[in-house]
Amino acid sequence: MVTAVQTTDLCKSFGMTKALVGVDLAIEEGTVLGLLGPNGAGKTTIVRILATLLLPDSGQAVVGGVDVVAEPHRVRARIGLTGQETAVDHNLTGRENLQYIGQLCHLERKEARRRTDKLLEQFDLTEAGDRAVKTYSGGMRRRLDIAMSLIAEPAVVFLDEPTVGLDPRGRLAMWDFIAELTSGGTTILLTTQYLEEADKLADRIVVMGYGSVITEGTPNELKQRMGAKRIEVELYDKADASTVIDALTPFSIPGLLVQHHDRTVTVPVEEGARLLPQMVRAIDAADVSLRDVGVRQSTLDDVFLILTDQEVEKSPGIES
Amino acid sequence: MNRNPTEKKTDTENTCSSTTADAASTAVAVNAKTNRCRDVPHGPLWILRDSWTEALRHLRILPRTVDLMIFAIFQPVMFVVLFVYVFGNSITVPEFDYKQYLLPGIFAQTIVFGSSFTGAGIAQDMAQGLVQRLRSLPMSQSAVLIGRTISDLIRNSVTFVVMLLVGFAVGFRFNGSIGDTLVACGLLLGFGYAFSWIQALIGLSVSSVETVQSAGFMWMFPVTFVSSAFVDTQTLAGPLHWFADINPFTIVTNAGRALFNGQSPGNDLWFSLIWAVAIILVFCFLSVYRFSRFNR
Repeated sequence: MVTAVQTTDLCKSFGMTKALVGVDLAIEEGTVLGLLGPNGAGKTTIVRILATLLLPDSGQAVVGGVDVVAEPHRVRARIGLTGQETAVDHNLTGRENLQYIGQLCHLERKEARRRTDKLLEQFDLTEAGDRAVKTYSGGMRRRLDIAMSLIAEPAVVFLDEPTVGLDPRGRLAMWDFIAELTSGGTTILLTTQYLEEADKLADRIVVMGYGSVITEGTPNELKQRMGAKRIEVELYDKADASTVIDALTPFSIPGLLVQHHDRTVTVPVEEGARLLPQMVRAIDAADVSLRDVGVRQSTLDDVFLILTDQEVEKSPGIES
Repeated sequence: MNRNPTEKKTDTENTCSSTTADAASTAVAVNAKTNRCRDVPHGPLWILRDSWTEALRHLRILPRTVDLMIFAIFQPVMFVVLFVYVFGNSITVPEFDYKQYLLPGIFAQTIVFGSSFTGAGIAQDMAQGLVQRLRSLPMSQSAVLIGRTISDLIRNSVTFVVMLLVGFAVGFRFNGSIGDTLVACGLLLGFGYAFSWIQALIGLSVSSVETVQSAGFMWMFPVTFVSSAFVDTQTLAGPLHWFADINPFTIVTNAGRALFNGQSPGNDLWFSLIWAVAIILVFCFLSVYRFSRFNR
């Protein structure tokens, strides 16, 4: 397989804050890498380094075979960036914004116009195309913003939380669009807070915390590794939680913690149906009455929470 | 985005061969698509082209923000009215009719104040995230600043023409030759252009558009008022007199005033030119340097 984006031992500090501590990433060409992590995990720092906006302190980053530090100019000709904040000129119309960026990417005028029309249509902005952006809704601005990063038809696209600020319909449309983009062979690095989004779009997922990679794999691998099923126990009384956690810990996958939130206790397991009766008996033996109990599929939320909780336990007091 | 096969083919055909070597030199295997070389344009011609693209973006907005222009012109017009009709009778300057003395100073001040649009514009582009996007494009990075200063030079020229008309309306006249007049206009606009670069550095260094405006007025008021623009510097006391005499704004105002009134500007012309060029060189360098350090 061909690697479109690769980082090796990437480090970056801002003053005393270590934003990245040795990050290795690889994205195969034509695939989507989902970068997950809590705020401050270093996702945006990676995107900014890969998009030539920020120099790493050490380590290497290569995009499309070009080193981002040595030849930023050539990297820029290969990438499209949609940052966390929309980057559009509010006084120009949508069409003017697109053509203007097209010109700065040195497209021929005719070609810039053709792609502008196409993108306006794809992003459902044709009607609004000749209105000033300041009259746009937040979702429209976001769509225009993403369209602008695609006008040069870049081989590698960085989408930093692209669906923030979109309504559910807009989000679904964006997912369709991203899927379409990859089918055309574009490589995408997607950062997101929405695990459903990563699950849906990403071929591989990297979970980050405190500036380093905690784990990576396909969405299914991660769910398998972190327990394919969850047994969720709902209590009448919060006070019973610790008793129940003690009773259920033996059933949890070794090394994974039983999660607890308010009156709900969640146990990561491999096979729910086989363990459920035993677990109910164990709770019974502890003399706790249950409001509800059930087996469900693990989601990436579970993976994310369990991983980041473990990180918090491992490195107490580190602020990022 | 669906790329059909024919489009892809054209992309590959456009690739240049020079990339093969450095593609091989990297540890990462890359195929033709990710590594297609779009022959990234660079060089002085492209700096100019990109700068003009940037300038056009700002100029295109001018007619849509006429209110801004009107307010920018309203203030100097008010100064003209105030100084000619309110203070005019109590201010006397040797060898000059006060109108002929005052108007070149107000022209110069208008142009210097007009340069603050550069700082505000750059700060706004930073605030709306546009600068970050531009930094990720294969364009000339200095074009962001050059384009902005060029468009503000053009904006300033428009303001200047309006101010000249206002000057004529209150009785100001050119007494020098056409050549002198043109040199004076060019000198004032050139000085405004130089001040645009000071503003550019401020725009790049502060956190918001509002800060640019207050920061701008902090130095533009003393520089333009403690000068020969409104009063004869001889009337100023000690340190103010000293400052007004070395103030480059005094020098350029004196040069412009002499040329508009058909007198010899003497060394003031050359000194003001040297000041303008020096300011452009220093602040252009500092601004571009500051811009290039955003990746730290």
